[in-house]
Amino acid sequence: MTSIYGPVTDWATDFDHVDPEYNPNAHQIWDDLRENGCPVASSERYGGLWAPLTHEYVREVAYDTENFTSRGVIVSTARPIAEAPIGPAPPITSDPPFHQIARKLLLPPFAPKQIDPWEPEIRTLCRGLLDDMGDITPGESIIDAAVQYAQNIPVNVIARMLGFPTTDDEIFRGFVHDIVENVNVDPEEREAAIGPLDAYLDIQIEEHRANPRDDLTTYLMNVEIDGNKLSHEHVRGSIVLLLIAGIDTTWSAIGSSLWHLATHPDDLERLVKEPELMTFAIEEFLRAYAPVTMARLVAKDNDFHGCPMKENQWVLLPFPAANRDPEFFDDASEVHLDRAENRHAAFGLGIHRCLGSNLARLELRVAVEEFIGRFPAFALDGPVTWSNGQIRGPRKLPVRITALA
Amino acid sequence: MTAYSQGMRVQLDTEKCQGHNRCYALAPELFDVDDYGTAVLLVEGDIPAELEDKARLAVANCPEYAITIEGESP
Ligand code: HEM
Ligand code: SF4
Repeated sequence: MTSIYGPVTDWATDFDHVDPEYNPNAHQIWDDLRENGCPVASSERYGGLWAPLTHEYVREVAYDTENFTSRGVIVSTARPIAEAPIGPAPPITSDPPFHQIARKLLLPPFAPKQIDPWEPEIRTLCRGLLDDMGDITPGESIIDAAVQYAQNIPVNVIARMLGFPTTDDEIFRGFVHDIVENVNVDPEEREAAIGPLDAYLDIQIEEHRANPRDDLTTYLMNVEIDGNKLSHEHVRGSIVLLLIAGIDTTWSAIGSSLWHLATHPDDLERLVKEPELMTFAIEEFLRAYAPVTMARLVAKDNDFHGCPMKENQWVLLPFPAANRDPEFFDDASEVHLDRAENRHAAFGLGIHRCLGSNLARLELRVAVEEFIGRFPAFALDGPVTWSNGQIRGPRKLPVRITALA
Repeated sequence: MTAYSQGMRVQLDTEKCQGHNRCYALAPELFDVDDYGTAVLLVEGDIPAELEDKARLAVANCPEYAITIEGESP
């Protein structure tokens, strides 16, 4: 599938986050735009697109559910068919007041005290992936930290939580890719990508109906709103959301954190020597390399700081750009592993705060701990490939292992 | 500090809290979380002096500005 748009001609007025040049150069692009007095980039692509780039503006859009609807959160050539306030994948595509109802259903299984007990299993999974890399000869062995490690962690964890066969992880990754990366293709081609995922989930849900068990899928099938169980579409939509929201995002966060350590030997050495920094280091990686840019559709025409926004145009919520706004953070473009004041927005702001943030943080911390615990020294060795589109992270990350624990 | 100075008091605005759980991670002596992942303030009135740094840390890491120290702007 190829883009129907050509290369970006000017980032201020022909902005396109799906251009292959965007993710590898995103930090520079935001800095250049902000320094040149462009806090909101724009584009005629996708039927009209705006991209606020400062923390203040991103926060303003995130909090304003009157003028901006979540009916569409992934920019594409198509407009979502399902109507607000419910949308195709509640609660992420829902607006108030329904949003709160759908969100409340999902909050309990993702609250810290439900998520923390997964730690040993995630650790075992990470160690297994490191073992699968085979014999490592320090100074010689090159492994791909994105392909052989990061990408396998979230997909396995969510499959276990949902009670799906973990051997299907290739299939999930394919679905997620179709949905989050192939956005600049023909609308029909895009709609066609969703069909197979729905069909797969119908089978899984049927299987759970026949064999209920203690997992998230069964939880969703039994949970009630005002005494009524969720419709099949609601259950399926929630699962689609968990797959899409949890996989590429966490894979990217783990990959970017390892990319940082593979390119900043002093930080790697420090983190190995001072493990008590880990809590702050993880938040700093999330700030500096936030993987997720969300979007909204303009709900009604409005003037946003001089930008004439029209109904049904897209507005990006680049939380990663907000996280590097020098007006909001000291030394915004520097990574400080011990940054003590860190109100970063990697998990969003306001009512849609990432429901999986406790799980994502746990996976990220355990993945980094286990990787540097096994390989206390490693360095980038070969070309990095970055993802395309709203989720930013390394998809190929070749590193040479230079020491074993 | 003089003998007359008041202890520190922490406030939590549960309307603003969206459950990022930074406070619970950084200052579990001061904050708990409920079944929905929303923060719960554990200490009423003055907080013990040795927890003041932790309280400040929680304030400085809440993305929603839901935590304040009485008499200080966030
Ligand atoms: C580092 C990894 C992750 C990052 C950076 C991230 C980021 C985000 C962001 C920025 C939002 C806000 C969406 C918006 O404002 O429209 C969000 C929402 C959401 N995330 Fe995550 N996410 C991550 C991992 C996960 C995981 C592991 C799960 C679950 C398994 C998950 C589930 C969700 C859900 C369900 C929502 C929608 C919440 C709502 O609309 O109320 N995320 N995420
Ligand atoms: S850090 Fe802020 S938003 Fe998060 S749980 Fe604590 S008070 Fe709530």
